[in-house]
Amino acid sequence: MSNKEWPLWEVFIRSKQGLNHKHVGSLRAADAEMAVSNARDVYTRRSEGVSIWVVESSHVHASHPTDADALFEPAHSKVYRHPTFYDVPEGIEHM
Amino acid sequence: MKELDINELERRFQEKIDKDIKIEPNDWMPDNYRQTLIRQISQHAHSEIVGMLPEGNWITRAPNLRRKAVLLAKVQDEAGHGLYLYSATETLGADREDTIDDLHSGKAKYSSIFNYPTLSWADMGAIGWLVDGAAIMNQVPLCRCSYGPYARAMVRVCKEESFHQRQGYEIMTTLANGTPEQKAMAQDALNRFWWPALMMFGPSDKDSKHTAQSMAWKIKRQTNDELRQQMVDITVPQAELIGLTVPDPDLKWNEERGHYDFGEINWDEFWNVVKGNGPCNKERVEARRKAKENGAWVREAANAYAAKQKMKKAS
Repeated sequence: MSNKEWPLWEVFIRSKQGLNHKHVGSLRAADAEMAVSNARDVYTRRSEGVSIWVVESSHVHASHPTDADALFEPAHSKVYRHPTFYDVPEGIEHM
Repeated sequence: MKELDINELERRFQEKIDKDIKIEPNDWMPDNYRQTLIRQISQHAHSEIVGMLPEGNWITRAPNLRRKAVLLAKVQDEAGHGLYLYSATETLGADREDTIDDLHSGKAKYSSIFNYPTLSWADMGAIGWLVDGAAIMNQVPLCRCSYGPYARAMVRVCKEESFHQRQGYEIMTTLANGTPEQKAMAQDALNRFWWPALMMFGPSDKDSKHTAQSMAWKIKRQTNDELRQQMVDITVPQAELIGLTVPDPDLKWNEERGHYDFGEINWDEFWNVVKGNGPCNKERVEARRKAKENGAWVREAANAYAAKQKMKKAS
């Protein structure tokens, strides 16, 4: 067991205060602490971040590409969810 | 959902490629596309990692602290680039340890340029200028590669690599403007690295068995010979500017083509180094193998520590 490969971690970086963490890539590490420290070396050598999240890749659950139509297609026909769908009189302001 | 037959899947796949829609890890892809990418990306990763060795050779002997800090940062970048790329191969289902073992057994290749020795400090200049220069030329079109994770890794790599080339050219410029002995060192490094740098673009188009398919899949965006011509056209004036001579008696500006004509590459040498008989092939692979073996206890200890911490937390 001691020879097993280190688990894979997904890395998320907040590039500056006020912005959300964004996925930047993955790396291998024995535990969370090492994953944060490796992420610092691998993904923030040029001040790319002010905060790091790491999540073990096996804990990420994703939608399946073949379900994409069923999941996302219905939104295409609902253009009335966008403000540009509506007719308003010429000259209207603040709307 | 009804099962699609393989021809229909392949047709839809190529349609996406033709529309410049990126392929992502869980999308359906032809097995050959996957295998081609695993081969190319893992070899690219190996090149970054093996590429640390010739330059690592000069870190302790850098002429001053500024040059030493720069070289350290550059070599650290190469390690980072290797890691981005190994991660990209893992998104294709390749096992990282397997790909590394393939390097150590000689099954997987890496860029032949790293099988040449670094004999003087000027070689740090020639490598940054020519080798990183050629690598950037190869990698810029890869930023538009059809496979998302590879393209994204290349964007990061290209951003970071532009300093590598400039620091190399700066070393060459300083030497070329120095004493006659220093200038001779720079010229000697250019003489030794010029042809191997041109070989980095791979075999000539007529001998490149992967090019046609890779272009159709948009893994590759420009052919080997196109990129090589670009490299020559861009680099020759850079050599002239600092008073160095490109070691090619056939080199001549061709007004009609708007490109430099240049001499024939020694393809026997190219294939010989690819096959493992270059000056440093054995030494490079041996160094990688030793690094893995000698680091085994560290990886084991880290695993043991992680297991212990987990138990402590649970109790």
